[in-house]
Amino acid sequence: MSHNGDAVLDKTDWTVKLHGAARLVAGKEAGPGGPGRGNKMKRSSFGGRGDLIAARAIFCISTAGVIIMAFIIMFLVANGLPALRETPLHSILLGFDWYPTEEPPALGMLPLIAGTLAATLLSSLIGLPVALALAVFTAEIAPKKLREVFKMMMELLGFVPSIVLGFIGMQILAPALQNRFNIATGLNLLNASLLLGFLIIPVVASLSEEALSSVPRELRDASYALGATRWETISKVVVPGAKSGMISASLLGMMRSLGETMIVLMAAGGAAVLPKSIMDPIRPLTSTIAAEMGETPVGGVHYHALFFAGLILMVITLAINLLSMLVERRGAQK
Amino acid sequence: MEGINTQISTRNLELYYGQARVLKNISFDIGEKTVTAFIGPSGCGKSSFLRCLNRMNDFIPQAHVTGSIEFDGVDILSPSLDVISLRRKVGMVFQKPNPFPMSIYDNVAYGPRLNGVKSKTELDDTVERSLKGAALWDEVKDKLSSSGVGLSGGQQQRLCIARAIATQPQVLLMDEPTSALDPMGTARIEELVRDLKGLYTVVIVTHNMQQAARISDYTAFFLLGELVEYGRTAKMFTSPSDKRTEDYISGRFG
Amino acid sequence: MKSVAARKFKDTLATWFFCAAEAALVLLIVCVAYFIFREGHGVLSWNFITEAPSDGMTSGGVFTPLIGTIQLVAVSMLAAIPIGVAAGLYFAEYSSGGRLADLLRLSIRSLAGVPSVIFGLFGLSLFVVFMHFGSCLLSAGLTLACLSLPLIVTASEQAFLAVPQDYRDASYALGATKWQTITRVVLPSAAPTIITGAILSIGRVAGETAPIMFTGAAYFAPDVAKSVFSQVMALPYHIYVLATSSTDVNATRPIQYGAIIVLLAFVLGVSAVGVAARAKLEARNGR
Repeated sequence: MSHNGDAVLDKTDWTVKLHGAARLVAGKEAGPGGPGRGNKMKRSSFGGRGDLIAARAIFCISTAGVIIMAFIIMFLVANGLPALRETPLHSILLGFDWYPTEEPPALGMLPLIAGTLAATLLSSLIGLPVALALAVFTAEIAPKKLREVFKMMMELLGFVPSIVLGFIGMQILAPALQNRFNIATGLNLLNASLLLGFLIIPVVASLSEEALSSVPRELRDASYALGATRWETISKVVVPGAKSGMISASLLGMMRSLGETMIVLMAAGGAAVLPKSIMDPIRPLTSTIAAEMGETPVGGVHYHALFFAGLILMVITLAINLLSMLVERRGAQK
Repeated sequence: MEGINTQISTRNLELYYGQARVLKNISFDIGEKTVTAFIGPSGCGKSSFLRCLNRMNDFIPQAHVTGSIEFDGVDILSPSLDVISLRRKVGMVFQKPNPFPMSIYDNVAYGPRLNGVKSKTELDDTVERSLKGAALWDEVKDKLSSSGVGLSGGQQQRLCIARAIATQPQVLLMDEPTSALDPMGTARIEELVRDLKGLYTVVIVTHNMQQAARISDYTAFFLLGELVEYGRTAKMFTSPSDKRTEDYISGRFG
Repeated sequence: MKSVAARKFKDTLATWFFCAAEAALVLLIVCVAYFIFREGHGVLSWNFITEAPSDGMTSGGVFTPLIGTIQLVAVSMLAAIPIGVAAGLYFAEYSSGGRLADLLRLSIRSLAGVPSVIFGLFGLSLFVVFMHFGSCLLSAGLTLACLSLPLIVTASEQAFLAVPQDYRDASYALGATKWQTITRVVLPSAAPTIITGAILSIGRVAGETAPIMFTGAAYFAPDVAKSVFSQVMALPYHIYVLATSSTDVNATRPIQYGAIIVLLAFVLGVSAVGVAARAKLEARNGR
């Protein structure tokens, strides 16, 4: 329908003709990031097959994360479950004797599990308060110029390899503990926990500092305007506001401590017995695996038992990871 | 339109963002090698319509179009259309100048390189021709390898125009190209548009009526998603046929 | 009803407490660092870095382990960077949200929490045993690659998200395909940030011991590894070996500390470069 240049459009309601029209897909809300990015794959927006191939290839490669995760679980299960053929589950989890090389092998992992839990708990008790205090200091009390310095220092500290800390535990801290407390060996639960506590400080402190910093300025202003001191504002307004972030950070720290190998391998003593005091040597799951795998023939009972230990470790780790993500999500929803 | 070929013919175009109807039943023709201005108050749909013309609305997931737009006889809203080729024939200049963080030369050569042009002499010629066409050559010919981002706002916008015309499009879409520029920059762009008229079909969205009056041959007035009036600029501004057009032009609203 | 004075006192007390805590920590770190340096500096010299361990590792340098660490880093980065960048690209440019992307994100996030010794088990069962690579540089390097994947994916995704949408719009309007836009505009723009993420990854990977213990690290190798299928010595493992099973403790003591210093210098040096680069990039983009 043509019209000359001066005609005014007829205001009658035209019937909409779906004449060769494209029905652009009205997909669901684009994910984080808004329109134009993360749009659904509209065929017409791709320049032919080459573009589509590239997109498919990228997708395939990025599934590597899922694949690796799936493989890890698969291999742990495949190599670990055969241990159950040898010993029933409750004997493994609750047995006190860990002598996997004997005939018949004793696969009681209770001392190992206890060692892991004891080290994680004690190190958290030592490290978390320090980390959280540091976070509060850096975020709230330190003068602005120093804040960046401290944050950078904290981050750099997080890069110190755990082998160095294990070394410190073994060569420096152990003799010190031995002399100070008059004990047989300085390689024990306390030693390892001190170092583990130190290990988790950077990550917990950085994440907590971020959580504290993201408490909105308006809340602080409101508190000060009501005549609160700085400490009162921190303790009554800011910290509660960052609670979920700090809890999530603490859980992540615990997870880190749980999975740490070299520190406990070098500084925890290596006795597979239940610790009765913090001066007792312990042998968590991680150091057991690391210490014994090197000499274990592939496919034997011991081999399977160590994988099973790994499986237990993974289960505990994943549980804490999930918990931490849940806490974070709950916090973000508020 | 007397004596002018129709280049873009729109019929019954409706545009939805999700449930909201943004364009209602748009039908009109844009003539070859003319300058058409889209005017109207903010949010009336003129930029949205512009983006239909080169299928840039494809990138908005909730966007949904019915009706037809024919470009040289081909319905560009069809799903089987090669959008990439369309965008090489229909160039776009954005409101905020957006040169790539590359050298001036690479900015202008970007389009031709996409098309497979590799020969240095050919690229050199294209770059020079495009920069001259955008009235920028004299100012940058000695610093073609310096970053495009280092130019002034007005120069950046002319660079973007050069970049757009480097692919030798037939149509040039300009979405409020001077709203982010100072008066000097604005004047130079307007001068440029007058020069470009004989070579390209220009469609320019502007919220500045005086600008429309200065540089365009035809004007389309949009209001709340409807095309209220369309016609020769001179006539629309002296004796508009629709009262709403008259009210807008005389400043009673918008 | 607390008096204002009491509240102010509490405030001051709290401030002092926190400052003291921070100061104590700094002091502790300085003391330990000093001690390490004191014990090990005697051994440090250019020779230390260029000589291989000799005499049952009671003398000589750390050349072989140092090169081994560099080789491990190289192999792992060669594997991890393409995959990590592709995944980051997927999240940033292609995915449209939804359950599949959530699952991918969840698995990357979970990978970040996996203990390093589990990676060792994984590497052992997959690369060493199942794929018959045996205990070698390749197996250990690939294991380390899996370990560093989460960090690179996150860094890449953030890098791509930071590229302004304007650039993409301009590219599409010129008739570029999505892939062309990504390779010609988005990737070059995001590259510095991705490289920074890779540098930080290197620092982390270089210091890891558990994942390489049974996938490729050698107690002793007479020479630098010439193929990816040979075993390698590595600095962190070397330190472990010296500390726990050296034949002559007194002789190896300074070497142990020296090796620690070399490892720390490498790791902290690389990480510091990464952190500094990131700070500079953030300052540049945050205008």
